Amino acid sequence: MTANKLARGVAVAGVGMSKFGVFPDKSSRDLFVEAYQELHSTVEKGLPPKDIEAFYLGNFSADQFEKQGHLAPIVASWIGLSPVASVRMEDACASGSVALRQGILAIASGQYDVVLVGGLEKMTDLPTAAVTDALASAADTMFEIPAGFTFPGFYAAMATAYMEKYQADPDAFLRVGIKNHENGALNEKAQFNQTIKDVMAGKKAKAEQKGLPVPTWESEMDFMRDPKANPMIAWPLRLFDCSPVSDGAAAVLLVSEDLVSKYTDHPIYIAGSGQASDGALAERESLSEVPSAAKAAEQAYTMAGISAADIDFAEVHDCFTIAEIMASEDLGFFPRGEGWKAAMEGKTARLGEHPINTSGGLKAKGHPVGASGVAQVVEVWKQLNSVAGARQLPGELRYALTHNVGGTGQTTVVHIFEKRS
Amino acid sequence: MSGCKLETKTFYQAIDNEVLIGSRCLSCGHISIPQRYICSRCHSTEAERLEFVGTGKLAAFTVIYVPATEMVKAGYDSKNPYMVGIVTLDEGPRISAQILGMDLTDPAKIKIGTPLKMKVIERGPEGQTKKFLAFEPL
Repeated sequence: MTANKLARGVAVAGVGMSKFGVFPDKSSRDLFVEAYQELHSTVEKGLPPKDIEAFYLGNFSADQFEKQGHLAPIVASWIGLSPVASVRMEDACASGSVALRQGILAIASGQYDVVLVGGLEKMTDLPTAAVTDALASAADTMFEIPAGFTFPGFYAAMATAYMEKYQADPDAFLRVGIKNHENGALNEKAQFNQTIKDVMAGKKAKAEQKGLPVPTWESEMDFMRDPKANPMIAWPLRLFDCSPVSDGAAAVLLVSEDLVSKYTDHPIYIAGSGQASDGALAERESLSEVPSAAKAAEQAYTMAGISAADIDFAEVHDCFTIAEIMASEDLGFFPRGEGWKAAMEGKTARLGEHPINTSGGLKAKGHPVGASGVAQVVEVWKQLNSVAGARQLPGELRYALTHNVGGTGQTTVVHIFEKRS
Repeated sequence: MSGCKLETKTFYQAIDNEVLIGSRCLSCGHISIPQRYICSRCHSTEAERLEFVGTGKLAAFTVIYVPATEMVKAGYDSKNPYMVGIVTLDEGPRISAQILGMDLTDPAKIKIGTPLKMKVIERGPEGQTKKFLAFEPL
């Protein structure tokens, strides 16, 4: 292991994101313009565009989703940044965090002082089957996809290994979905800005309107277990265990620590950064955890000089509900085999002892894949600066963690952010 | 570099002949599937081709109701779901494959650890079928 400190401190000076959802009238550039404009509004001392020296854009596959390669210079041009160096980073659903990390390393190296990091995906132009196929290209298309695997299928298989190893109750997965919708209901940028109770009320009203039999769910769990309302996608995962197909963009302004006061008095600092890789799912020793996540977290904790117990809240990659439970163990918040119980007991709720995904997570906020890792930083910046509105966490917050996974863990990136008093 | 053919595509050429192949590191004995030129454990570049017996145990699985496009073409959908699993071969390593011959009406009753044997299947639209690795109960 080489030096585990950044050679130069890096701060987040501002953030922005578009609304996440389904936007047939917008291209990916339009969405990024939205995110970039919001970012400007958070840099209270002003951001002269000519100060930005480089642009790192996380994007999984505009090639497949929009038939557009070479996306970074186009987006840079759309926001008036040409001729700065513009780079598109691709590591599947971790693309956004990979771009963030490369921006951090570029500033730490001394090459740049001010870097714009973006994350972007426009997925909904394609029919669902084509989206599924595009996402499948993040797995091993020679040896995993021919078996018949889909992405919900991979995580479902991990869920069966997890359930077998720890005798876990699959109701825990449904609890994660309910919790993330509760948080998403408090996030105006979320694709699903509604609780499961809201979803139930909506479906009842619709049935009434159409003169159909009105469903008689007694509770949220009753709804979540209803095979009609919440159909099986890949056993044991149901529709509400899966993050949606989304359009969206997010942006983060990185500035070297010594210069950040020129732009803002409300920076948050990069305390730790880690990234690890892995082979195909079948090649791993354990199928009930994500080894690259544990390794990336260890690097980030070591750099920050802290442990999991110091983290006040986390945004984790809940592409599927089981992924959030495994993450809560891989990141060290709970011992192995205890993550599902913690989810059942509400420990990861917004007001629980280990809040996870106060933004609504990928499940409720939406998962425009390349944007997700960058949007996690938007939530962290808001919470640490106490501007998260209705979903603001109580008390003094110092350390937050983001966890962004590509594939089934072929890539994981973990960052730790610090608010200094 | 050892002289035996370990090109990635030889895996499916072997499947066409109903043989499951991998590689064994000549330095440390580590077994890989699919086959590798470079040992992931000791980094040796001396490897030999290995033919697996083709039996193993179910390590993880799912039953897929919303299939990938290729599986839709093969006739699967929400009313006709299919099972995919990760199989631990008797020689040690794991491989992903479709699993046949199991009762899918209640996936909760499917047991991890179920003994399996390989079965090469043909899948795909008529006239364009290809051979794939699958497993069925022993």
